[in-house]
Amino acid sequence: MDIYREQIIDLYEHPLNYGKLETADFSYEEDNPLCGDVIRIDVKLDAENCVAQVAWQGNGCAISQASASLLTEEIKGMTLTDLRNFTAERLLELIGVPLSLARRKCALLSLKVLQTGAASLPSHSD
Amino acid sequence: MLDVEKIRTDFPILSREVYPDVPLVYLDSAATSQKPQVVIEAMDAYYRQVNANVHRGIHRLSEEATNAYEEAREKVARFINAPDSSQIIYVRNATEGFNLVAYSWGRHNIQAGDEILLTEMEHHANMVPWHILAEEKGAVLRYIPFLPDGTLDLTNLESLLTEKTRLFSFTAVSNVFGTINPVRQLVEAGHAVGAVVMVDAAQAVPHTAVDVQAWDCDFMAFSGHKMCGPTGIGILYGKRELLEAMPPFMGGGDMIRRVTLAGSTWNDLPWKFEAGTPSIAEGIGLGTAVDYLSSIGMESIHSHEQFITNYALEALSEVKGITLYGPPASQRAGVATFTLQGMHPHDISEVVDKDGVAIRAGHHCAMPLHQRLGVSSTARASFYLYTTTAEIDKLVASLIRTRKLFRL
Repeated sequence: MDIYREQIIDLYEHPLNYGKLETADFSYEEDNPLCGDVIRIDVKLDAENCVAQVAWQGNGCAISQASASLLTEEIKGMTLTDLRNFTAERLLELIGVPLSLARRKCALLSLKVLQTGAASLPSHSD
Repeated sequence: MLDVEKIRTDFPILSREVYPDVPLVYLDSAATSQKPQVVIEAMDAYYRQVNANVHRGIHRLSEEATNAYEEAREKVARFINAPDSSQIIYVRNATEGFNLVAYSWGRHNIQAGDEILLTEMEHHANMVPWHILAEEKGAVLRYIPFLPDGTLDLTNLESLLTEKTRLFSFTAVSNVFGTINPVRQLVEAGHAVGAVVMVDAAQAVPHTAVDVQAWDCDFMAFSGHKMCGPTGIGILYGKRELLEAMPPFMGGGDMIRRVTLAGSTWNDLPWKFEAGTPSIAEGIGLGTAVDYLSSIGMESIHSHEQFITNYALEALSEVKGITLYGPPASQRAGVATFTLQGMHPHDISEVVDKDGVAIRAGHHCAMPLHQRLGVSSTARASFYLYTTTAEIDKLVASLIRTRKLFRL
């Protein structure tokens, strides 16, 4: 079945960047109350305000959890501006499977968490 | 025993394929039931032959439309054994029935410090309207908890239901556990302390014979679309003296007797609560659904569902990693709610869908119930008069395949 291609199941079983950062420049957590997916992302920036370390924790469906792995892998080294400009389309492309509108909410929860967290920092810090 | 294969031919949608060569296995009737041909035809015929506004015109079509619409109300009254069809208020769905009572009766009868008693297994429709009312009036909400088997824990009923309780509202059948609650006993307990008692019958009226006079409840709400009828039509039943004392819910045409620039006087029951042009075709469709269910017989439908539920619970319990929620089949309506270890219910629902199996995943509009269970969501298969054991077998086979896909 397309939406559960091997990579999605692999990531569900063995997530990437899973865990917590002891010291983070921003951390944010949000859930999707409709289905109970929850994701928390911690980000540590370097001197140039680029993503030096990122970790995430959460639970939920395979799509939401695989999405968090793919997103956190992709943003390493990015600037805060890159994070803020990261589009939903780009994340959906990374996931690479056709998703119904209902499942897009699952897929995009990680991005919402990341960008809400990033928005908590003053914009001139980039 | 029902002739299920024959019944299935009454429902056009049951012969469709959801994907090429994958027939539909519809196990989501607790969300909404499928519609028999006779209901679809009755609504179609109304629009082709009769369509006119009701209670307004002198002309022939308006008279026919009004007669058909009011005749449907009488059918519904007989179906639930209401004393009179004027106590049958057309609403959009059960949810609107609860809101009508909360706004119209509640605003005039609930005061600060009064208590509203609900249960922890309620659907949001029988929770949120009371939350809004309690917030507005400073009333206190209390809840009857449920036991691990999904039945109500009535051990502390006496301390929960007191003279302070002005309203007691509960579901006859849980939409998640399928639990059949002891309605008569609960209504009696409510009346013993002087409370007004409302029953959520959305999962009861479609599946079993309901007699409002035997239950003796003060209000009862249910939806047409879960009982072979269309969406957009539901019923609020109320005792006459309560309905007569209540102010209108919404203002507009049809609910007035006389309007002057200074004010208005209200129409008689039931139209006092039916402002504006109603869902005429839907009302007629619901009347036809009532005829259809009656022709098969609610007792037969109920025993078929008991048989299917029993079969489903046994078959599902064989699936590795499954947790089933709710009481034994003998105490429940046609619902089987479960989780599979290591899989989110959304993933389960999505995978079995590819085998044509339609089940619901989520919190089923009962978030507090799921919080109590300690799970964010569950998967739910629900049954009706057209459900077969072969469909249950397909669900089970699909769940086993799902576990394999997830390497469990």
